[in-house]
Amino acid sequence: MDLDAPLRWLYATEIAVQMRENALLFPWVEAIHVVGLTLVLGSIAVLDLRLLGVASRGRPLARVLRDVLPVTWLAFAVAVVTGALMFASNAVAYAHNGPFQWKVVLLTLIGLNTAFFHLLVEPALRAAPSTGPTPWRARLSGALSIALWIGVTAFGRWIGFTINAIQ
Amino acid sequence: MDITATIAALSTFLEHTALSARLQETAWVVPAVQTVHILSVATVFASSAFVSLHLLGVSGRELSAGNVALRFVPFIWWTLPLLLLSGSVLIVAEPARSLPNPAFHLKLGLLLAAVLVTLLYQWPLSRRADFWEATRGRVVATKLIAVTTLALWTGVIVAGRFIAYVDNL
Repeated sequence: MDLDAPLRWLYATEIAVQMRENALLFPWVEAIHVVGLTLVLGSIAVLDLRLLGVASRGRPLARVLRDVLPVTWLAFAVAVVTGALMFASNAVAYAHNGPFQWKVVLLTLIGLNTAFFHLLVEPALRAAPSTGPTPWRARLSGALSIALWIGVTAFGRWIGFTINAIQ
Repeated sequence: MDITATIAALSTFLEHTALSARLQETAWVVPAVQTVHILSVATVFASSAFVSLHLLGVSGRELSAGNVALRFVPFIWWTLPLLLLSGSVLIVAEPARSLPNPAFHLKLGLLLAAVLVTLLYQWPLSRRADFWEATRGRVVATKLIAVTTLALWTGVIVAGRFIAYVDNL
């Protein structure tokens, strides 16, 4: 099976053509991608630092979640849409780019860590007294999140330095 | 004095420093420092955004303005030096990419405005915790400050990314 075939189809779509041919579209989409990802990073860090017991210690977890997660998810949606547009513009080259592949791996691990947090960490935290030290699983989830998001940022930046010319 | 000529001279000078040569010969330095720069921007932007979202009544509604400022504003001031340091390293590494670049000039102007608006908000608050809640007019002013700050930081990020695309004059 030719795995590149769907990528070539994506590359040929009208929106991908526009992304390549309109000189202003790519920079604007990329700029909005950076606005989205900085908000994802900065907002999820508030939750991660709370889980690590570093910041917002006096604040009940439920309130931190309510303040942070809507911002994180909205910003993540912006980053995904803009990221998909950039991917489409040069789909085959991105799919074969090492840093891009690593970025996808780390984003998958972030997805698993998010599931781990919501399924195994959050219920126990909500049931426990709302302030004070957090259990080790919460600390682990927070530390993983910070490390993985830093990795995503680094690999994302490396894509720009290693991506092949438009194919 | 011709400002364009001065910038060009500074750019040429920096380009010929030993430090600039060292930064350029190691391929991973620029992307690594750009990563640190983005992480710093993320910290400053999100911290400022949570202050603004509180002022707009979106998040942390049960908290006072003084409490939210105490929680987030220190992250802005403590991260700003890292932002300026990583930005300075990027300038020294590739002075011709940024110094004469109109997108870079716009970014600096917006950054300065964002810092000034943040100071304008924080300064009275540090003297009187309920300063911005004391009158109806001040409450309205904080909404304006919140929207302006969000727009300014967004502008800093957009202008920053456009440095890579705008042709140098």
